[in-house]
Amino acid sequence: MKGNFLRSSPLWISAAALASIGAIGAAMLMWRPAIAPIERPRTFDAAQLQRGARVVEAGDCAVCHTRPGGQYMAGGLPLVTPFGTLYSTNITPDPQTGLGQWSLPAFERAMREGIARDGHFLYPAFPYVHYRRMSEDDIADAYAYLMSGPAVNSPAMQNHMNFPMNIRPLVSFWNLLFLHAKPLTPVAQQSEAWNRGRYLVEGPGHCAGCHSPLNLIGAEKSGESLAGGEVDGWEAPSLLGMARRTNPWSTEQLVHYLRAEVVDGHGTAAGPMRPVSLSLARLPVSDAEAIAEYLLSLQTRAAITEIQPGAGNVETLDQTSGALLFASACAGCHAPAAPMREIDGRPGLDRTSALQAPSARNFLKTVLEGVPAMPGVPGPVMPPFAASLDNVQLIALASYLRQQARPDQPWTELSSTIEAIRQETK
Amino acid sequence: MTQVTLNVNGSAHALELEPDMPLLYALRNHLGLNGAKYGCGLGQCGACTVIVDDKPVFSCVTPCAGLEGKKVRTVESLGSAERPGPLQKAFIDKQAAQCGYCIAGMLMRAQSLLESNPHPDEQTIREHMAGNLCRCGTHLRIIEAISLVAGQNGSAT
Repeated sequence: MKGNFLRSSPLWISAAALASIGAIGAAMLMWRPAIAPIERPRTFDAAQLQRGARVVEAGDCAVCHTRPGGQYMAGGLPLVTPFGTLYSTNITPDPQTGLGQWSLPAFERAMREGIARDGHFLYPAFPYVHYRRMSEDDIADAYAYLMSGPAVNSPAMQNHMNFPMNIRPLVSFWNLLFLHAKPLTPVAQQSEAWNRGRYLVEGPGHCAGCHSPLNLIGAEKSGESLAGGEVDGWEAPSLLGMARRTNPWSTEQLVHYLRAEVVDGHGTAAGPMRPVSLSLARLPVSDAEAIAEYLLSLQTRAAITEIQPGAGNVETLDQTSGALLFASACAGCHAPAAPMREIDGRPGLDRTSALQAPSARNFLKTVLEGVPAMPGVPGPVMPPFAASLDNVQLIALASYLRQQARPDQPWTELSSTIEAIRQETK
Repeated sequence: MTQVTLNVNGSAHALELEPDMPLLYALRNHLGLNGAKYGCGLGQCGACTVIVDDKPVFSCVTPCAGLEGKKVRTVESLGSAERPGPLQKAFIDKQAAQCGYCIAGMLMRAQSLLESNPHPDEQTIREHMAGNLCRCGTHLRIIEAISLVAGQNGSAT
């Protein structure tokens, strides 16, 4: 026995050594130092603040960090993920509950590596995988702008993440797999506008955050960036090959769409894209033009096939009841002679992206939830119909309008899609 | 014409209606319930707001055809001129009506909020009421009236 033990002891020692190396490695991977707190800076350069406001708008910071009815940048917006619910945090310069004690290096580390000032790992719902591609100057300008705002004392809300994602250090393994993007360098052969557009799309704008399919652990699938995804129950359509679709986008249409306007041939931004487009509308028009130039240059990749409609269950078309429902609920605004169309240039429904899309999801979401009014911003408003139309009526209406838009391709699985959306929003 | 049975303010009514008739027209023209008003006819102003089951809807864009088996409530269900309900009384006490055209809709939207949340704060009231417009501009008094009932709900328990 004794000899046996002695003989095997080198094995034990090497196993123990390996285990401790592993433990140290894991600890190093999962541990980040705190960055010393600072006194909140009080003096700023006016020109830098102006630039910073533009960066913050391009980065859509307020879209997540301001909850409806809440104070600007004070956080508290729930983000429902497949792994639980997160709440956005306070990024006002409050020293206790916001960024007041953060130095610029601490802010830059958060933007590029997803680490808070005190060293804890931020969840990748905060799009540091994209923000890390931003320029040093833009990050410094955004920092100055955020630190100059009014401080709001608003403690972070308790997240409700499921095991094991409630253990923050595990994010380090996620980062190991997915945190690779390098800062963007301009492509010499392309125009200045194209490069600006690429920077806005791939960096601060983080379009791929919604417009890409996600893998099982919530990271954007590699090689399928901007190929379309789903967010808050809305379809975020593919941004590839937009110039060559059955219902193609022109530069002019896309610029107006990006700035929250109603566009003939496509409609207007709804759902989660609405606040994004309202942000873009506050930027110089040259930024929307740059984004349009870049996006329209993107081609569909061969590996990605567009969803082929046709397979699946087509509900029996009841065109009569659909037409009656349209007359009853929709015609006041959407009939050819409706004042909104004559006076305000609204497009016919058959030409909107929602009715041209392979999936009925965005059409149904728009009918159920409407396009809410934004306080202080003029723009289209559509009432929600969730309580006004039942599922049978929605199916009839969707079939009828799809028949007008794409008679060759009726939508499939309408009833299960409606049922799923009703469940999601309960 | 099509046969529709509407359950309004607790009573069932079998009606012969045009098949594309919105609820507002059935309420006003067939049932004589003239509380809900025609404002814009586009679901943008809220003067026609009634409650279906427990949700506020714009009756001008809600087809009658899908309402079989659902419970419709109009402002007439809240009380009468002689015996106003608590919310109606608060609107009178706070003098929330100027011309009064929007008030039936305001009352029903507010009623649906107070039924699901008896103690809403002012911010919640403002967000909930955002879909209903008053061209006279009495919104502040309307909010005061709803807050009054929200406060009474608190003291009653």
